[in-house]
Amino acid sequence: MSEELIRLTAAELAARIASGEVTAVEATEAHLARIGAVDEKVNAFLHVDREGALAQAREVDAKRERGEKLGPLAGVPLALKDLFTTEGVPTTAGSKILEGWIPPYDATVTKRLKDADVVILGKTNMDEFAMGSSTESSAYGPTANPWDLTRIPGGSGGGSAASLAAHMAPLAIGTDTGGSIRQPAAVTGTVGVKPTYGGVSRYGMIAFSSSLDQGGPCARTVLDAALLHSVIAGHDERDSTSIAQPVPDIVAAARNGSASGMRVGVVKEFRGEGYQDGVMQRFDESVELLRELGAEIVELSCPSFTKALAAYYLIAPSECSSNLARFDAMRYGLRSGDDGSHSAEEVTALTREEGFGDEVKRRVMLGTYALSSGYYDAYYGSAQKVRTLITRDFEKAFEQVDVVVSPTSPTTAWPIGERVDDPMAMYLADVCTLPSNLAGNSAMSIPCGLAPEDGLPVGLQIVAPAMADDRLYRVGAALEAAFQARWGHPLLEEAPSL
Amino acid sequence: MPGISREEVAHLAKLARLELKDEELDHFAGQLDDIIGAVAAVSAVADDAAVPPTSHPLPLTNVMRPDEVRPSLTPQQALSGAPAQEQQRFKVPQILGEE
Repeated sequence: MSEELIRLTAAELAARIASGEVTAVEATEAHLARIGAVDEKVNAFLHVDREGALAQAREVDAKRERGEKLGPLAGVPLALKDLFTTEGVPTTAGSKILEGWIPPYDATVTKRLKDADVVILGKTNMDEFAMGSSTESSAYGPTANPWDLTRIPGGSGGGSAASLAAHMAPLAIGTDTGGSIRQPAAVTGTVGVKPTYGGVSRYGMIAFSSSLDQGGPCARTVLDAALLHSVIAGHDERDSTSIAQPVPDIVAAARNGSASGMRVGVVKEFRGEGYQDGVMQRFDESVELLRELGAEIVELSCPSFTKALAAYYLIAPSECSSNLARFDAMRYGLRSGDDGSHSAEEVTALTREEGFGDEVKRRVMLGTYALSSGYYDAYYGSAQKVRTLITRDFEKAFEQVDVVVSPTSPTTAWPIGERVDDPMAMYLADVCTLPSNLAGNSAMSIPCGLAPEDGLPVGLQIVAPAMADDRLYRVGAALEAAFQARWGHPLLEEAPSL
Repeated sequence: MPGISREEVAHLAKLARLELKDEELDHFAGQLDDIIGAVAAVSAVADDAAVPPTSHPLPLTNVMRPDEVRPSLTPQQALSGAPAQEQQRFKVPQILGEE
């Protein structure tokens, strides 16, 4: 029974709960049991809120018995990235500086999940403050990739992606500043969506780079991602960058997958040196499949994309150096050296030294450098101009095509430890995903097969204009159905059992 | 553009309120030098006056709401994560020097 429950999609599980065939408590207990059985090996969760989850599930079952209306995902368990505040439940952002912090309020995403009766199982591991592509910069140890426990699950949202791939949750929430939803989805064989910037509220989502950060859904199927996306999306007056427009009908798009008549762009800058052969092989097959599904393939050039990595690693660190100034040891979080012999300023510096890990320190210093007088125009100012050029390249592309496709990440999952002390090698994992964050448009990663040389999952990225997130789901659902018809089963069924 | 020296990294750490250890300075100086060398690729457009900068993906204007009293955190909630507190306030180490 419980082995079966953890393999259902969120849509299937929600239907069984709604019909009374399965209770929310049974569904929650099945997933808690799975976490208990396998998370020692995976380390996807930083905190499991067993009591809170069961209380939520009991409430769903009580509502159903009373005949009250339930939301479309009522009773379905979810893994929440530890970047979102949760009232009364520890929130660390993967950092030692927030160890033991219990937020007094819920993020808007958290609140919307609760209001929709989604059951929050716990908080997932992540690179510290979402800075990283491997989940190794977490202060609480790395997460393992369920496909191969010696390899990284991607990052920063490796815990959320791994929880899905290991069937510890059918749904998860991630955040994507440069690829932190899509790249983990790619290397774990799951689905991840970065909504249009401003599509999902950032209120209560601990800020890394405010002009790039965007929360979004993670799931094992395109339809599940759409159902979750529709629960968390929409205007929020508590986020001044939240878009006050209706969310496109993404659930209908996911239920009516089609690539027929779609114009699909293939950007020539997204290949070449650094791209693994098996990744490009699966990508080229995906393009061929789109053609078979009736899409028109258009070759494009977006020359400024070659500078996206450089622009991103100036803009994101600059914004992070400012955002992380709030961790000053005065109002919440860690405080070190407060023994009466140090000034407040010294206590701040001692606390940040102890509480931040290497990647956060690197980025804070890099941002401080880029914003320094004398360097500001050459670095930060130029990066902002590159951002304009990237936005223009996308605008030109979307005059010719409906969506753009690329590999999500140039390689499959690499061994844990391989890039830890080589920041530039780590940053290259996001070369295909960064441009969408800089331009603010929407993008998705879906599984497109295993790389022949290592048998590990490859992700296909689909990119659509801002506020056209429905196109991702329409094309993604069509491809997902076509791939599964070809494979005979979902890709995750090929993952080794844990 | 020039690379970054160990002394500059020490200065940045001071500005960023990071009390780095000596061995960290050595370690980060090399890495930051590599990263800055790579991101300097953006300077190709530094003098292009035809390209305006983009600071944000949305055309932003400030969002205001009526200035009215609403429910908010209680003082106990707001202070719940404080490392130290006294008389319903955040208690902080000495800020001003004694001289």
